[in-house]
Amino acid sequence: MPFSTVTLRLLEGFGVTVQIFLITLAAALPLGLVLSFCTMSKFAPLRWLTKTLVWIIRGTPLMLQVIIVFYGPGLMFGSKAIPRLNAVLIAFIINYSCYFSEIYRGGIESIPKGQYEAGAVLGMTKTQVFFRVILLQVVKRIVAPIGNEIITLVKDTSLARIIAVKEIIMMAQEYITSKALIWPLFYSGAFYLLFCGLLTLLLRAVEKKLDYFTV
Amino acid sequence: MAILEVKNLKKNFAGTEVLRGIDFSLERGNVLSIIGSSGSGKTTLLRCLNFLETPTEGQIVVNGETLFDAADPATQAEAQLRKKRLHFGLVFQSFNLFPQYTALKNVMLAKELLAKERPDYRANRAAVRKEIAETAERLLTEVGLADRMNHYPHQLSGGQQQRVAIARALALDPDILCFDEPTSALDPEITGEVLNVIRDLAKTRNMTMIIVTHEMSFAREVSGRVLFMADGTVMEKGAPEELFGNPKTERLRSFLSAVRT
Repeated sequence: MPFSTVTLRLLEGFGVTVQIFLITLAAALPLGLVLSFCTMSKFAPLRWLTKTLVWIIRGTPLMLQVIIVFYGPGLMFGSKAIPRLNAVLIAFIINYSCYFSEIYRGGIESIPKGQYEAGAVLGMTKTQVFFRVILLQVVKRIVAPIGNEIITLVKDTSLARIIAVKEIIMMAQEYITSKALIWPLFYSGAFYLLFCGLLTLLLRAVEKKLDYFTV
Repeated sequence: MAILEVKNLKKNFAGTEVLRGIDFSLERGNVLSIIGSSGSGKTTLLRCLNFLETPTEGQIVVNGETLFDAADPATQAEAQLRKKRLHFGLVFQSFNLFPQYTALKNVMLAKELLAKERPDYRANRAAVRKEIAETAERLLTEVGLADRMNHYPHQLSGGQQQRVAIARALALDPDILCFDEPTSALDPEITGEVLNVIRDLAKTRNMTMIIVTHEMSFAREVSGRVLFMADGTVMEKGAPEELFGNPKTERLRSFLSAVRT
């Protein structure tokens, strides 16, 4: 089996991997912020509801969540199965939003009260204080932990194969069953490594960009 | 007419009475110092004036307009509170500059945001922004920071940061500027530069100010009147010579002898 054929085939799977990664990130980063507001809400029922959600999602394996999103609706309501990739995306977005929300909450709560008060006495609205004063300080404080989650997400995408979404590991595994070749599976690791390397550089650039002030 | 009248102001925190009925008034252009040991309610009083705390009872009247009346919920609407705050400026003990903005931007930000609410902002955006920037530059020059405008807070000393904070408060043209122990977080050798700025505001601008301070000689020198607070009440008030020279209560006598040693 020529190296180039395997590479092309794995690249095809890696495209799916990157797709899961990017869509999850694009949706979960803002959704996590919304969830974090809900967990800090003054309205107790909303607070408890979201806290329970975060507890369930963080307390069960992502693999199980993928399975439940894909098979659950059909088993419970007899509805038609949704596309496999969509099921993966839904599970991943919910899961990562919950993790992100906890990181946001920690970041927001770590900003000194004086920053809010300084904005308030200057006649700024609560929204203005949050977006013009607080948010960037929060971002600076959470770049490292969010970066950790982002790197983890790259590798978590391999869980998609549990419902037969053809991401890179699934593609590589097919060589074991069809051609009795195991090296493509090892080779797939290089793709993850390269991608995570790029992300690490990107995250470092973001940290450097925020170096101009200290919080 | 008094620029500020505080009537029977009370504040409870979870059953604890921190302010037990404060009454005083302040004339335009006057400087009032508030002294007293920690826990006497000085800071809470300033925070009530700036609506960072909601008083439990009492009234706050500025220029004859009742800004706050604990008995009248209509005066406590959040939307109006924002505008009412602009009558007061507050300089914090710990500066509370916005770390991600330069000194200049710190001074400009709130005014820019307020300008955006004006109906004519879009049409005159360039002119409005230029004017705000010029005002900010002038204020920073006034507090002696002409060469530090583009520095970020972490690049400035504590005294410089506090002077930026003063310029930031002045930018909104408050009727009354409040200081909450403005030099308590500073090293002793640089309190002077901040006190000089406050002194200048009193002299050259005739600024109406309320200063909570532990700097007794400064309070004596700069203020027209002094309040001595203890246990959430005003125990003595009067001209500085009177209060410092001839304290009437035992509490003030022991407080003064404690801070002088």
